[in-house]
Amino acid sequence: MTYDAILVGGGHNALVAAAYLARAGRKTLVLERRPLVGGAAVTEEVFPGFKFSVFSYVVSLLRPEIIRDLDLPRHGLQILPLESTVVPLDNGDYLGSWADPDLSRRELARHSARDAEAATLFGRLMHHMAMAVKPILGMVPPDPASLAPSDLRGLLSLGGHFRSLGSERFHALHKLMTMSSADYLDEWFEFDPLKATKSASGIIGTFLGPRSPGSAYVLLHHYMGEIDGAFRAWGFQKGGTGAISETIARAARSFGAEIRTGAAVEKVLTKGGRVTGVALGSGEEIAAPVVVSGLDPRRTFLELVDPKELPGELVDAIGKFKFRGSSGKVNLALSELPNFTCLPGFGPHLRGAMSISPSMDYLERAYDDAKYGEFSRNPYMDIVIPSLIDPGMAPPGKHVMSVFVQYAPYALNGGWTDAKREAFGDAVVDTIARYAPNIKSAILGRQVLVPPDIERITGLSEGNIFAGELALHQLFFFRPAPGWARYRTPVKGYWQCGAGTHPGGGIMGASGRLAALEILKEAGA
Amino acid sequence: MLRTTPFHPRTAPLVQGQAWRRWAGYSVASAYELVHDREYAAVRNAAALFDVSPLHKYLISGRDAARLLDRMVTRDLTKCAVGQVMYTPWCDARGKVVDDGTISRLSDRVFRLTSAEPNLRWLSMNGAGMEVAIEEVSERLGALALQGPLSRTILQQLTPADLGALKYFRFIETTLRDIPVAISRTGYTGDLGYEIWVDAARAVPLWDALVEAGMPYGITPAGIWALDLARIEAGLVMLDVDYHSAHHALIEAQTSSPLELSLDWTVSWTKGPFNGQRPLRAEKARGPAWRFVGLAVDWGSLEGLYGEVGLPPQLPTVAWRTSTPVYKDGRQIGYASSGCWSPLLKQYLALAHLQAPHFGAGTSVEMEVTVEHRRRRARATVHAGPFFDPERKRT
Repeated sequence: MTYDAILVGGGHNALVAAAYLARAGRKTLVLERRPLVGGAAVTEEVFPGFKFSVFSYVVSLLRPEIIRDLDLPRHGLQILPLESTVVPLDNGDYLGSWADPDLSRRELARHSARDAEAATLFGRLMHHMAMAVKPILGMVPPDPASLAPSDLRGLLSLGGHFRSLGSERFHALHKLMTMSSADYLDEWFEFDPLKATKSASGIIGTFLGPRSPGSAYVLLHHYMGEIDGAFRAWGFQKGGTGAISETIARAARSFGAEIRTGAAVEKVLTKGGRVTGVALGSGEEIAAPVVVSGLDPRRTFLELVDPKELPGELVDAIGKFKFRGSSGKVNLALSELPNFTCLPGFGPHLRGAMSISPSMDYLERAYDDAKYGEFSRNPYMDIVIPSLIDPGMAPPGKHVMSVFVQYAPYALNGGWTDAKREAFGDAVVDTIARYAPNIKSAILGRQVLVPPDIERITGLSEGNIFAGELALHQLFFFRPAPGWARYRTPVKGYWQCGAGTHPGGGIMGASGRLAALEILKEAGA
Repeated sequence: MLRTTPFHPRTAPLVQGQAWRRWAGYSVASAYELVHDREYAAVRNAAALFDVSPLHKYLISGRDAARLLDRMVTRDLTKCAVGQVMYTPWCDARGKVVDDGTISRLSDRVFRLTSAEPNLRWLSMNGAGMEVAIEEVSERLGALALQGPLSRTILQQLTPADLGALKYFRFIETTLRDIPVAISRTGYTGDLGYEIWVDAARAVPLWDALVEAGMPYGITPAGIWALDLARIEAGLVMLDVDYHSAHHALIEAQTSSPLELSLDWTVSWTKGPFNGQRPLRAEKARGPAWRFVGLAVDWGSLEGLYGEVGLPPQLPTVAWRTSTPVYKDGRQIGYASSGCWSPLLKQYLALAHLQAPHFGAGTSVEMEVTVEHRRRRARATVHAGPFFDPERKRT
């Protein structure tokens, strides 16, 4: 059996790339090491009857053009509403943000009338910023150091785009690209828990605190999905994020792609600076003129191929590419719903996100722990209960709770041990119990995942959920390395399509799509 | 004052935004929550509970009951078995649709008809000289629709009847937690679903039983806004929105035949005489002048139009019901009568009446869209049949 293209790894970006390649008539094979596709977007029955989006747990950024091109709704894409965010406060009160804008404004006005007004203008600015950045998400990064016509064209159109923003928006964008989310939000708001909660999306998946410069951009990255009409907000995929991967896999198969699970690629085979195929852990070799790595940059450049095949500068740059996984995930099987003291009993807040971000200092202190090599004793948490929206995730009347936790540094002082993992799990549960005291007695099962677990299970280096930090020095034409942001590698026929390439993380699929389109363009198809 | 349904004591406290809609002289919830996304999602994901009590309901009984109905409607009622439900339109003598609804055969000589409009006079006129009794039971009978993939699981908790054996468009008389009910496997959402018919006096305990049993399965009371999205996805026609009753039309052009509504499948060409038979045969022979079809608006085209004014596409959150021109090559060839953004299919959909020969599936047309106060035209593709038609609806 011969193939036109082999995808290494079955993460969602690789599946998207495979679908586009197969759609263009390429005989395409996806090789996934695990028994299931999806990478970090997988659903697994961790405890009997309890299904979890084990790692990545919500969706908003999946590119609308991918949904349309691959006809994903017909293959099972079904996004369910995640409508609210509620932040329990330390004084027993709460801050809520609801689906209805008037309700949200009144709620915020309860805490700060000034902020309630500012929120409208802030929302408008973020809309403009997201609109400004949106074309870049669909663009192959030009190389600013290159004089090739395609790069120059790309740079010119980029320059034109920024000029078209007008000075006011350009300045706002500049601030967003350089400031810390804390400083940025200070320019707008006064109610500290509001700022803390908004800034939280600026630290997710990075080794930054809310007061670290550069964190404002990540905040924007999380706003991006809200302007496209496909979702307009964050949501749950029915059946968990693994069902998104399955959906894309079904689309890829419908175009003729072949997907093999339990097939670990050991090496990408090259000859004379050209790719020839892959070798599996089993010893099997499969030939193909195009091999596309969906793995992160470290694995793509330093493990799958022999670094000797690559220019020293690139090896050096990839060596310096920062991963530094900083988040953990705690998945809880519950016998009953948590009872939050700020909003006792059952209520709509339980169907949305509960954010443990009571103050800016709280978040920054959580980061302080991580900065010095400890997990946060009082971590930031984003808590959702998907079984309330999607009853199939847990047995009737029981629930699954997904807790995204930051910080849990990859490089923990003295290294991670089973005891430290459990101590981290205890810190998480203890923190939740401060706001919802019944949680401890409701837990039927607890899965604690820290960065080394994420690395071991998904293969993401250092457990970084974005396949490399979404830091400014690692974005656009720097992602993953200067000169190699156009999905190519120095080995002819060897390509990269994972979230370690532009535009990066979240269940977005853009890296996979852009890579596939570049591959097809090069082939002149 | 508008009337309230037998479920009102339970539904009224749930309507958070006082969003009520008039339906046949009753008030029913447009939406229970301030934003109806979750109510709609329940239809496709779990189970949505709709109060459909305002439907007109008639009991038709007697030796000639089948004969009356068969004479009145376009489907072959003689083939309707006991325990079966048939969806059918009925026409005036010119073959133009008067109303549409369902007919359940309760026994050999007893039928229940549901309709959007009052039909007592029409039934009586058609039954002149027949041995038949016609009784309106609209107020005596409460009706709930439980629609969605988990609807069967929820109902099965409460009834001794084997719902797995209840086929699509069949009904069964049974009990739900000891309350006598009829359960029909019907609905207006294009999904797996049931309608439950109950004595108005037992309506509240029925609601309570369903909500209690449905809680672990995500049962969600849902209003007309959610229903409207689902029925457009399912391509189901709605009286007074997509077409006018021949009895209300002021001019000929306001009437529609079953063929023009793409309801050919409901017209029997082999049965005995029925209202409109001759004109319908003639229409069939020459081919209908209009068809009722789906339109899927092209996203790139819509994005382009909005892009010109610097906006991302602005999508309707509630289904619209405004007649909207549809063009082909610069000439108007029809009109869309309802439309919505489908949260499930991630497509902008419309239901439209198009003139021959432009109604073939795949035909590229243009639909008027108002972009920042200006009338523009977005490309759209003609779609035949439902946009969404899951296997679970039938199996």
